[in-house]
Amino acid sequence: MLENLQLLFDYPTLGADLIANGLMIGAIFALAAFGMALVWGVLGIINIAQGEFVMLGGFVALTAAGLGVPPLATIPLAAIVLFMVGWGLYRLVIFRVVDRDLFVSLLATFGLSIILQQLSNEIFGADVRTLETGLGTLVLFDGQIVLAEIKLVSFVTALVVGLALWAFLKRARLGQAIRATSQNARAARILGIDTDRVYAATYALNAALCGAAGSLVVMAWTIHPYIGLPYTVRSFLVVIVAGLGNIAAVIAAGLGLGALENVAGFVLGAEYQIAFVFALMVIILVVRNFLLRRKREYLK
Amino acid sequence: MTDAQKYALVATGLLFSFVAPFLLPQFATQLTMLWLMVIFALTWDTLGGQMGYNSFGNILFFGIGAYGCAVIQRDLGLDYFAGLAVGLAFAAVLSAIVAIVLGAGMLGLRGHYFAIGTLGLGIAAGEIAGGWDYVGAGSGMVPPLYPVELAGRELFFYFLMFALALVTFLVLRALYATKFGLALNAIRDDEDKAEAMGLRTTQVKSLAWAVSAFFLGIGGGLAGNLLGFIDPRDVAFAGATFGVWMVLMAILGGKGTLWGPVIGAVVFHITQELFWTYLLGWQRVALGLLIVAIVVFFPNGILGTLRERFPEWFGEKVEERV
Amino acid sequence: MSALLKIENVSKAYGGVVANRQVSLEVQSGDIAGLIGPNGSGKTTLFSSIVGAHPIDSGSIQFGGQEISKLDVPTIARRGLLRTFQQTRIYAEMNCVENMRISAPDARAPVLSLLSGFSRNVDVRAEELLDFVGLASKRFLRAGSLSFGQQKLLEFAMALMSEPKLLLLDEPTAGVNPTLINGLIDRLIKANKELGITLFVIEHNMRVIMNLAENITCLAHGEVLAQGTPQEVRDDPRVVEAYLGASA
Ligand SMILES: Nc1ncnc2c1ncn2[C@@H]1O[C@H](COP(=O)(O)OP(=O)(O)O)[C@@H](O)[C@H]1O
Ligand SMILES: [Mg+2]
Repeated sequence: MLENLQLLFDYPTLGADLIANGLMIGAIFALAAFGMALVWGVLGIINIAQGEFVMLGGFVALTAAGLGVPPLATIPLAAIVLFMVGWGLYRLVIFRVVDRDLFVSLLATFGLSIILQQLSNEIFGADVRTLETGLGTLVLFDGQIVLAEIKLVSFVTALVVGLALWAFLKRARLGQAIRATSQNARAARILGIDTDRVYAATYALNAALCGAAGSLVVMAWTIHPYIGLPYTVRSFLVVIVAGLGNIAAVIAAGLGLGALENVAGFVLGAEYQIAFVFALMVIILVVRNFLLRRKREYLK
Repeated sequence: MTDAQKYALVATGLLFSFVAPFLLPQFATQLTMLWLMVIFALTWDTLGGQMGYNSFGNILFFGIGAYGCAVIQRDLGLDYFAGLAVGLAFAAVLSAIVAIVLGAGMLGLRGHYFAIGTLGLGIAAGEIAGGWDYVGAGSGMVPPLYPVELAGRELFFYFLMFALALVTFLVLRALYATKFGLALNAIRDDEDKAEAMGLRTTQVKSLAWAVSAFFLGIGGGLAGNLLGFIDPRDVAFAGATFGVWMVLMAILGGKGTLWGPVIGAVVFHITQELFWTYLLGWQRVALGLLIVAIVVFFPNGILGTLRERFPEWFGEKVEERV
Repeated sequence: MSALLKIENVSKAYGGVVANRQVSLEVQSGDIAGLIGPNGSGKTTLFSSIVGAHPIDSGSIQFGGQEISKLDVPTIARRGLLRTFQQTRIYAEMNCVENMRISAPDARAPVLSLLSGFSRNVDVRAEELLDFVGLASKRFLRAGSLSFGQQKLLEFAMALMSEPKLLLLDEPTAGVNPTLINGLIDRLIKANKELGITLFVIEHNMRVIMNLAENITCLAHGEVLAQGTPQEVRDDPRVVEAYLGASA
């Protein structure tokens, strides 16, 4: 661990390489987190199945590519399929827990995540998979930074999709209905907005976002049936750091987490990278709570 | 139900628990696991049901107990039984101390932040154990073997686990009947009110978690020895099985009641043992479905539902004064 | 008589909204003091500042001669300064007796001394007080199943149970059936005279506060508008205007 740290000091460009690669996947974290913030803000639900949507998106892309769809075309396909999955799950389960105790929705989506995870395991097998795109690698600054082109594609796509959704929320009718519902569901209902449909659309949109993210993950990195929970936790982490309403903050936090995680994975050893993510979440929760409490209870 | 009927039921249950491993020797291990499930549900409910702090990471203390006990057994060089005794004591104390230390930060979190925070703790612990050579990293640990020359290994662990479940139950029952028990319920119903009334909520919460961790730690130590192998992610810190079952069993039986977790554990475990072998690879899918079905359609559990139907069984009544 | 509670120049803002500005007042030991003012004038905010639910921006709050503005809620409560909530708060899943038991002074002890049963005295006292507020027959019902007015009475009984020196009551009659209000006023006065608990009462209903309080402070827009006896305050033209202006 200390040797690795020493290595980083001796070869600062190694750090730059780690950070550059981390930023690439950070954009994906931001995308999934954006979806989680949307569902949290509008339905008042923390969706533990978030990461499983990402994982499913990956498997949809893999399957489609296996049937001959060009890799990059699987991105919208994964989004569409996951949109339908999200809609279906809303109609089956989520609508029953929207107005209930938070613990109920937490546990219900936790149950969903187990179902999706285990179904994928049965259907697709437990192997670690990736989708070859045939793109090359980019060598920058005399080989100081090596970046797979697909990661760059993924980075740009993630940001474009996120920003497109953001614009949709600002401009489109459905987007405005979603925002109105998130501010005050009762008032929205009085204004004639069908909030149940808004909830369904929001949950489905979130699943679509994650689906797109998942197709990028399988092309630029790897997936397997059990990668879901870390993605859920990363989304949660980004949301509590960035807040619910601020897209710039979500992107910044997502990118930051990606970079930090990649560096930590190198310093601590790859076997501790997941432990790092979970521990970081715990620490941030506790510290954040401590700061909030101090503000509440004591004079400055 | 009259009191006499209740006592008769409990006496029958106790009697059966004593003779069961002799009557059904081929199921001894499953019966031992049943008591472990009872311990899981009871200790989860101390926070989740009685205090309203829904932990998704209580498996942490089970895992710490399993590893703590095994390390003592490995490193102290005592004979098997002495090593096990010291190991279990160490497991209990270590888990309780970890609960108090972590509790200082974690128990300040409310609602879903606590739930997700504890989930993170449980998984982080599994990942750390899976990378740490001192405890065998990814290949786990094998606790010392029960002396081969002695017979009765299964009965030995059965009665140890049964005794632990019984003691856990009796201690919790006694605790719930004190002011401490009421303080737990007060925190569950309205923590801000409890603070405004001057209750020392931080101390109460820490002690509750420590008690829960204490028994889970012993349970972990015993389970490691019973199963003979401690895998970091699939046994010790098995969030997706044991960790969720705890929650599910307590809800199934009735959160926040004394007997609910016991009933939930028995029903869940028997169902699982009877039917799940037929599901082949699909048990875990079924588990997910079961979680969703129970929390969505049956959140009050068996006892909670009975309480709604028959409040007078639970001592609710209007008393006209003379 | 000495000032049990002394508030000097307390200010508190929520973000940009100034809820209290330079509020000063005193509550004398043994008194029933009143706090009135139109909706949104900062009464509840002042109570929250007193009991430590949030930090104040500036000023000083002394209780029994000691500065308490930097202490947290449970510590202040243990010193004998208690509040009830405008949105009544009781322990809904516990029955009335349990609500009372956990409000007794011995429930505030360090946790290890909570590991014992309930003393006979506590139970006797709980019965007396439930009787006093008229909830004796309901004592084994879930508190959450009581009507709103009954919950208010229970909350009041819980506050008495914990034997405070000073009790802050936030709109004790709001939402209570009008036929029960006179009985409630009698009980407040009794608690003050017979149990020796100093009361500081926020009240919206002018008639109630005139019958209850010996000293009244009127807030408007977060500032002290008038202070004095009920007559003086009632006849103050600024008070009349604040109330008319607010309801107009
Ligand atoms: N938690 C809060 N956050 C922001 N503003 C608040 C909060 N509580 C009260 N306010 C504002 O402070 C002002 C005073 O409120 P409050 O003390 O509740 O008045 P009162 O009890 O006299 O009706 C109001 O303008 C109210 O909107
Ligand atoms: Mg108010």
